[in-house]
Amino acid sequence: MAVDTNTVKKIASLARLAITDDEAARIAPELDNILHWIEQLGEVDTAGVEPMTAVIPNHLRLRDDVVTDGGIRDQLMTNAPQAEHGFFAVPKVIE
Amino acid sequence: MTELADLTIAAIRDGVRDGAFTAREVAEAFNARVAEASALNAFLVATPDHALAAADAADAARAAGETLKPMAGVPIGMKDLFCTAGVRTTAASHILEDFTPTYESTVSQNLWNAGAGMLGKLNLDQFAMGSSNETSYFGNVISPWRRRDGGNAALAPGGSSGGSSSAVAARLCPGATGTDTGGSIRQPAAFTGISGIKPTYGRCSRWGTIAFASSLDQAGPMARTVRDCAIMLEAMAGFDAKDSTSLQLDVPAWEAGLSGDLRGKRVGIPKEYRVDGMPAEIEALWQQGIAWLRDAGAEIVEVSLPHTQYALPAYYIIAPAEASSNLARYDGVRYGLRDLPDGANLQQMYAATRAAGFGPEVKRRIMIGTYVLSAGFYDAYYTQAQKVRALIARDFERAWEQCDLLLAPTAPSAAFALGEKSADPIAMYLNDVFTVPSSLAGLPAMSVPGGLDAAGLPLGLQIIGKALDEQSVLNAGLAIEERAGFTARPERWW
Repeated sequence: MAVDTNTVKKIASLARLAITDDEAARIAPELDNILHWIEQLGEVDTAGVEPMTAVIPNHLRLRDDVVTDGGIRDQLMTNAPQAEHGFFAVPKVIE
Repeated sequence: MTELADLTIAAIRDGVRDGAFTAREVAEAFNARVAEASALNAFLVATPDHALAAADAADAARAAGETLKPMAGVPIGMKDLFCTAGVRTTAASHILEDFTPTYESTVSQNLWNAGAGMLGKLNLDQFAMGSSNETSYFGNVISPWRRRDGGNAALAPGGSSGGSSSAVAARLCPGATGTDTGGSIRQPAAFTGISGIKPTYGRCSRWGTIAFASSLDQAGPMARTVRDCAIMLEAMAGFDAKDSTSLQLDVPAWEAGLSGDLRGKRVGIPKEYRVDGMPAEIEALWQQGIAWLRDAGAEIVEVSLPHTQYALPAYYIIAPAEASSNLARYDGVRYGLRDLPDGANLQQMYAATRAAGFGPEVKRRIMIGTYVLSAGFYDAYYTQAQKVRALIARDFERAWEQCDLLLAPTAPSAAFALGEKSADPIAMYLNDVFTVPSSLAGLPAMSVPGGLDAAGLPLGLQIIGKALDEQSVLNAGLAIEERAGFTARPERWW
C-alpha cells in the first residue's frame, strides 16, 4: 500500500506533530519505503503462534496497598514550562 | 610509570585500595582528559566536582581504615539517557534541553552507592534512536579512530551509545554506561575497539532511564576489558521494586567467576548470520573467533536460527510502536520545551511543541509507530511482529538444545564515515542485523574487540548467551580477549 501525503498528515495529526505540506511530501516516500520493507513479515507463517507479551518469564508483583510516595508537589513543578499556584498551566481549553 | 588515565577500572580500584595512588589523583587525571577532548564532542556536560567528591570519599574511607566499596575511586562517564539529580539530562534532544531531574536513576544511584564518581554526561543518538550518533541535537560524536589512508575522514563511533564508546576508546574515562535497545551498546563497542555487555532483560532497572522501547531497553557497561565490564555490571544490576520488569534475583559475583577455560561448553555458529555482501574481513575474523574458542576448550557446532531475517523488520515495528507511546509524554505541559504560537489552543500547542522539540529520526519513528498501531493496521503489523518475535525467541530456545553460547560478528562492517549512511534509513537500520535478534529475545550478549581491518579500524565479535547466563558470556569474551591480544588504540589527534 502506498503512503501518500494525506496519510502522512493523518498520522502526524494522530501523533500530535505539526507538519507542513512540504514536509509531508518529503516524508511520504520515506515512510512508504520503510513500511514496504517491513511488510516482508507477512511472509512468515504465524498460525497458532501466541504473540509475545513478556520477553523473560516474569509476573507482576503484588505489594501492600499503602502509600509509598507523594508530598513532592514543588519538586514535580520545577521543570514545568509554566507553573502557577502549584498547578500546570495550559492554554484555555473551554471556550 | 603508566599514566593514571590509561589504567583499567580493575587497576584503578586495586591501586586506590593498595595506596599506589590516591583516588583524587585519578579523578584529576581523567577530568583533565575530558577537558582537553571537546573535539570528540563525546561529553555534553562535564561534572568534575562529582568525580572529585567521590574520589575524596574513597580516599577518606581508606585513611579511616574502612573496607572500600567495589568501585571506590573509579570515575566513569554516564550516558545522558540516565536521569541524574541536579545534572541536566537531555537524551540529546531539544525537547529536554533544559531538563534537570530532581531524582536519580536506579542504575546511576547503584554506581554511586558502589563508590564510583561521574566525569560527565555522554552524548548519544537522540532518545537513543540511531546507529551512528548523527541524530543528537548537540552535534555528532566523532570516533577517536581514523582510517590508515591519510584521509582523516571523521568516523562514526556507532550508536546510540556513541559518546560512551568514543570516550572509553579515547581514554577519557575507564568505563561508561550504555543502553541497548537493538544493539546500542554492542555496535558502538565494536566500532571503537572496546567491550560492552547488554545483560538479560530485567537485570538492570529501567527506573529513571529515559524510555525508548520499554520491552527492549537494557542498561549495561562499556569498558576496555571483560573484567572491567564484569565489575561495572555487578554494580549496575540488581532488583528494583520501582521497575515492574526488574528481575527479583541476586546479582552473581561475575568478576570472581571469570574464567577463560571453556572446556565442556558448546558454542553454536548460527548459519543464518552469514549474510550476503558481508566483507571478507568480517568472515575471516569470525573464523578466527571460532578457532580461539576451540583453543579455549569449547566444542563448536553449527546451529540454525531460521527466523533471523525477520528480526529487523519485526524490530522496526515493535520499537517504534513502543517509542510512539513512550514519547507521548513530551507535551510541553509538565516538563521540557513548550512552543506556544500566538493564539494557539492546547492541541496546537502539543503539535507545535513536539514538531520543534523532536529531531527528524525521532519524528520518523514516532510516525512509523503511530501508523502500525493505528486502527485497521494493528493486527497486520504489531500483532504479527509480536508473533514473529515469539518465533525468534523459540529459535534461540531450540538452539540451546545444541549449545550453550552463540558466536557471531557484532556488526556487518567496520565503522563508516559520518554522513555515509545518514541519507538512507534502511541502510542505517541494517547495521543492527546481528544485534537485534538477541535484543528481541531479551538475551545477554557482549561485544569484544577481535582485531583490526585493513584500514586499521577495530572489528568486534559478539557472544550471545542463555537468559541469566551472563557468566558464560563474559567467560567466552575473556577467552577471546586473552587470545586476540587487542592492544591497538587510536592515536591522539584531538
